[in-house]
Order: sequence, then C-alpha cells, then structure tokens
Amino acid sequence: MTTLLMLAPVLIPLAAAAIFGIAGWRPATVWVGAVSAAGMLAAAIGTAVTVTTGGPLTAVGGLLAVDALSAFMLIVIGAVALVATAATPTHLRAELAAGRTDPKVCTQHSLLVQVFLAAMSLAVLAASLGLLWVAIEATTVVTAFLVGQRRGRGAVEAAWKYVIICSTGIALALLGTFLLNYAARHAPTPAGLDWVGLTAAAPNLDPGVTRIAVLLLFLGFGTKAGLAPLHAWLPDAHSQAPAPVSALMSGVLISVAFYAILRVKIIADAALSPDFARALLIVLSLASMTIAASLLLAQKDYKRMLAYSSIENMGLLALGAAIGSPLAVAAVLLHILGHGLAKSVLFLSAGRVLQLTGSSRIDHVRGLAARDPVLAGCLGFGVLAIIAFPPFSLFASELGMVTAGFAGGLGWATAAALILVLVIVAALVGHTSRMLLGAPTQGPAPSTGDDALRTGDGPAVVPGQTGAPVTAGASVAADVAGTAAGEPVDAGSAVAVAVAVAVASSVPASPLTVGRRLGSDGFALIAALVLCGVLGLTLGPLAPLLEQATAIVTGMTQ
Amino acid sequence: MMSEQLYGQLLNIAVGALLLTAVLILWRRELSAIINVFALQGIALTVLVGLIALEEGSLELGAVAVGVLVLRAGVLPWLLRRALAGAGTTRRETRPLVNVVSSLMVAAGLTLLAYLVSQPLVALDPSPAAHAIPVAMAVVLIGFFVLVTRRLALSQLVGFLLMDNGITAVGFLTTAGIGVVVELGISLDVLLVVLVLQILKTRIREAFGDTDIDDLRELHD
Repeated sequence: MTTLLMLAPVLIPLAAAAIFGIAGWRPATVWVGAVSAAGMLAAAIGTAVTVTTGGPLTAVGGLLAVDALSAFMLIVIGAVALVATAATPTHLRAELAAGRTDPKVCTQHSLLVQVFLAAMSLAVLAASLGLLWVAIEATTVVTAFLVGQRRGRGAVEAAWKYVIICSTGIALALLGTFLLNYAARHAPTPAGLDWVGLTAAAPNLDPGVTRIAVLLLFLGFGTKAGLAPLHAWLPDAHSQAPAPVSALMSGVLISVAFYAILRVKIIADAALSPDFARALLIVLSLASMTIAASLLLAQKDYKRMLAYSSIENMGLLALGAAIGSPLAVAAVLLHILGHGLAKSVLFLSAGRVLQLTGSSRIDHVRGLAARDPVLAGCLGFGVLAIIAFPPFSLFASELGMVTAGFAGGLGWATAAALILVLVIVAALVGHTSRMLLGAPTQGPAPSTGDDALRTGDGPAVVPGQTGAPVTAGASVAADVAGTAAGEPVDAGSAVAVAVAVAVASSVPASPLTVGRRLGSDGFALIAALVLCGVLGLTLGPLAPLLEQATAIVTGMTQ
Repeated sequence: MMSEQLYGQLLNIAVGALLLTAVLILWRRELSAIINVFALQGIALTVLVGLIALEEGSLELGAVAVGVLVLRAGVLPWLLRRALAGAGTTRRETRPLVNVVSSLMVAAGLTLLAYLVSQPLVALDPSPAAHAIPVAMAVVLIGFFVLVTRRLALSQLVGFLLMDNGITAVGFLTTAGIGVVVELGISLDVLLVVLVLQILKTRIREAFGDTDIDDLRELHD
C-alpha cells in the first residue's frame, strides 16, 4: 500500500499521458491534466505523512526510495504542477481561438507535460545517483519538444540551445557520476551509487577523486538548475516555451536539478572538508546573481525578466546551501517551495499578458491595472512575492538565509548577495510598475533608451506615496508595505506596486475592456499566491517534514 | 584471459586510437570526413570495451560492447550522414572560432591538462585500465573544445558526441560498467538527444525553407 502511494507521483501522470495519447485533447479530457496533478499532490502529501511518522521507504527492488527530502520535493512538484495544469485549459483555448495552435499540438502538449511531471517525480524518488541522472536527462528530452512547440524561429532556436547546453552540462554530471562511483568502489567498504551506501562510505572516499567528481557534478547539475556559467539556455527556453511549460520549468525543473546538488553536497561534506562545497557554491551563486542583476536592469522583455529572476533565485539557493547551517538549509527548502509557487503564477500571468497584448516587450504593455485588474493583481502580487515582500514565504526564507549567512561566517558573501538582490528588486519593481500603471496605450510606447536609468522610479509614478504608510483606503498590501520600510527591500518602489495592485483590485472590471470572469486559471493563481503568503506566516503541518528534510541535508540524521 | 602486459598494451592502443581520432576530428574541416572519423572512433571504443570484457571474463560486458558498436559506429554516424545530406550547402566548417594550427596546439595543451587533472584517478588504482584514464579525459576535453569553438550546428553535435565517447570510455575504464539500468539509460539518452536535435533541424527547414539552424541568431540580450 505504501509502495503504491510512493509510486503514485510517477504512475498517475504516466496514466494521464496514456489517456491523452489514446483520447487526445478534447472537451472530455481537458481537465485530466489538472486531476492528475491533484492526484500527484495528494499522493505526495500521503507519502510525506508516512515518511515523517514511519521513516524512509524503498520500493522496486531498491531502485526507488523516499525520505523526508524526496517527499518535500514531491510536494513542491505536485503543488506547482497543479497550478500550471489548472491554468493550461484556459491557455490552450486562447491559443486555439487565436489560431496559433491546433488540437494535435494541444494533445502533444498535454501528453508531454504529463511525461515531464513523471520524469521529475522519478528524479526525486531515485534511490541512486545513476537513476537520478537518467531521470533528469529524460526531462531535457521531453521538454525540448515543449520549448519548441510554437515552431517559430525563436522557439526552435531556443529548443536547440536548450538541448545542446543542457546535454553538455548533464554529460559533465555523468562524468562526475562515473568518478564518484570509481571512488566508492575503491573505498574500504565498497559502495554503489545509491544515496544510503554513498553517504555511509563517504568519510572513506579518496579525497582527490571525490573533489573532481563533486566539481563536475555541481557544474553539470548546476547547468540544468540555471546556475552560471552554463546558464545561457534558461532565458531563451523560458521565454519561448508556452506559459504553463515556463511555469513548470522555472517553478520545479530547475529546483529538481538543485535537489541533485543538495544530494551531492551531503556526500561532499562527509567526504571532504565542508569548505570545498562551500567555496564552489559561493562562486556559482555570486556569478549567477551578478549575471541576473546586470541583465535585468535594462531588460526589455518581461518573460526574459522573469527568467533572469529565476537565475537570481537559484543563486540564492546556492548561497543558502553554501552557508549550510540548519537554519539556512530550512530556508533553502522553503525558498524552493515559495519560488515555485510565485514564479509559476508570474509565468502564467505573463502568458496571459502576452495573449492579451500580443507582445512580450515591457514597453508595449501599459496600464494593465485598468485593462485587466485580476491579471494585473496576480502579476503585481506575484512580483511582490518574488522580491521577498512580507508576508510571502520568500521573505521568511531570504531573511533566514541572510541571518544564517551573517551568523555562519559568510558575512561578505551574504552582503554581496544582498546588494545584488537590492539591484534586482529595483529592476523588477521598476519594470513591473511601468507595465501595471499608466493609461493603456494602443501602439508602442515612446523610446525606452533610458530604461536603465528609470528603474526603481516607482514612487515618482504615484506622487505622495513614497515610503509612507498609506492610510486612506489602505489595502492589506499597502499596510504591509509601510511596516516593511525597514526591511532590506526597495520599500519605496514596492509601495508603488502595492498601491497599483490595490488600485487595480478596487477598479471594477470594465465590460468594454476585457470583461474576463475569474476563471479556473485565475482561481489557481490566486490560490497559489495565498498559499505562498500563508507559508510565510506559518509552516503549519509542513514543519515536521521540513525539519526532517533539513536534518538529512545537514547530515544530522542517524 | 591474456597476460597482464599484453592487456595493458592493447588497452593503450585502443585509447590511443580514441585520442588520435579526436585530434583528427579537430583537424579536418569537411563534415563528411569528420563523420567517417567519428565512426572509426566508435570502433576504437568498441575494442576498448571488448578488451575489458575479455579481461573481466564478463559476458554482460561483451553484450554491452556489441551495443556500443551498433550505436556509436553504426546508428549515430548514419544519423549524422542523413542530417548532412539534407543540409544543403553547409558541408564544410569554413569559419571556426579558432584556426587549425591553434586548435591542434590547444589539443596538446588539453592532453597535458588531462594528465595533470587525472593524477588522483590513476593513483587510486594500479590496474592498466586506470593508467589509460588520462587519455580518455583528454578526449572529453577535446570534445568540449570542439563543441564551443565550432559554428555549424552539425559540428557542435559531433563535438558533443566526441565528449560523450570520452565520458563513456572513462566510465568503462574506471568501473567496468555501472549497472545495466544506468547504462541502458545513458545509451538511450544519447540516441534521444541526437534524434531530438535532428527533428528540430528538420522542423526548421520545413518552416523556413533554406534557413538552417546555423543562421538562427535571434535570441540574445
């Protein structure tokens, strides 16, 4: 029974893929994807409960295993998959209505997304580094078709780049896997590639060989996680893929790759001095965040903007893993979940904006708050969540990482990361406030040559609201913004977005503009944002799972 | 079973052939010649795996050697040739980022680097197989170099496959196979990657006529 529960996150999406394969994408099967994702999430929660109370499980002759860390990742995959698949029918219907796709492509899309979900579940359930590698490479093969689904020049170029760069990166990880296996076989007590055996043998591994192996594994899985130096595929793939696929790739795929880094780090820390993995991760982290910050400042495309924000968040995760204290690791895990929820909301909203305006350029979108308040609200609150605005869970996790960083002797790296985060917050808020506010324009907006100079000029857009708590007609968001003025976020600009969102929420939808009802996708997006907010206030039943998963990563079990 | 000395010499010849073919790929410009050399390298890899299978007396590994031969000397070169036949005029790497002489010097440097980096790997195990690891590592590095310095999509693909051959060789030299599931997964993945890339190439030719993937330079910041 528990075996079936544990296998469900792989079997359910495979069954759903079979249904799409047989029946195709038709009115009767439109919701199969979302039902499958809901089933995955339910099975993940069931598995998590079993694991937290009864300890780790194995299945299929020891090929698959689940502990608290895997169970937590299963929940992340299920939650983000539910958001993305719930928004898929609306997305596909709009694409069909616009003549940009046909039912055959819709079938292919739905089928591949389910296989993609199964491969990600398999990756976190894999009991050995070898099977994890195969599962992660399988996600590349499946998503390549999803990235290239739109068949335009940009989409095919992005898919090509994606396959070449990710396959190269993952080949480096394969070399690392071979070398780690070599070291494990020559340990005093020979071990295979399974996590339990490797962890047990880790203290006796040859340090020279392990060092090369860990370097290759970090670089390889880091490629798939969108960490520098092999990050170049990410902005292209995430901006060219259909919105639900971008949401899944940014929300979970790169986090699953980061999960692989966490697993390798457990072994590296036991085999070598923790300083080795720490130094590597700090280099990867700061390089990624610097690249993200420099390319976000003058960014002209809002989907690429979100993609670079993902690179930044992966950099933050790497920093948290480098710090490595229990607080930092718990923050990293919470950040994975919070980022998954917020980023999927953002990519799905961006997909709607693209369908609405026909352009992915920031300067072609103006006055979204007046045109479609619900959508603008999702985008606005999503950006607030991603820049770690309280009460969203990313605030709690970033605060945890920063606190742990200063306490753990990594003050300089944490300070550098904080400065980069501030630059990125200013850029994101500046770009988003220009999309949300202002009068709707028909044609392209005037020159954007001074984009970089104008970032962070949010307060100027809403005169009189700079930094001070908003009193009249204050929404919750504005209140929070006021109280957060002392926090390490660009509070002044953030208030502008909060006000924009508040205004947007109060403006009744004009039947003349879009007149969109709150559909299933809107409901999913709002639910995800609410969940992200609630997680920032209380972990609730997740707390014991997170605690156990943290103990696994910090090596404090057994 | 053969004598330890003979086994070591044959192994060295096999990895030597691996490195030689890698350098030849770096040297040649004609894509059709490159693909032929790549097929030769597949045979060298097969010989390597076959030797290890003989030494270990492993039937399973012998079957894997046959698989390597079919995939790397048969299926992959055939797929590459088919892609080349449909590629129109771009049959020659005319403007690589690094010229031939410099490439060959870089290859020499990379081989030295591979020897330096592989010191701990050789020290861990006194067997003849472990002594051949640095050469296989050199093939990995040369493959990576081809991948990043070539402009044509097909040459990049050959670079990737070269790298993959080197990694497979390292895999067999270090551990004599890594478990059937993983091995199957890896072979399947390499095949799938090539197929995916081929489909993308075909797709772009269908959609944009003569335009090849090489001419696509739209996405950048």
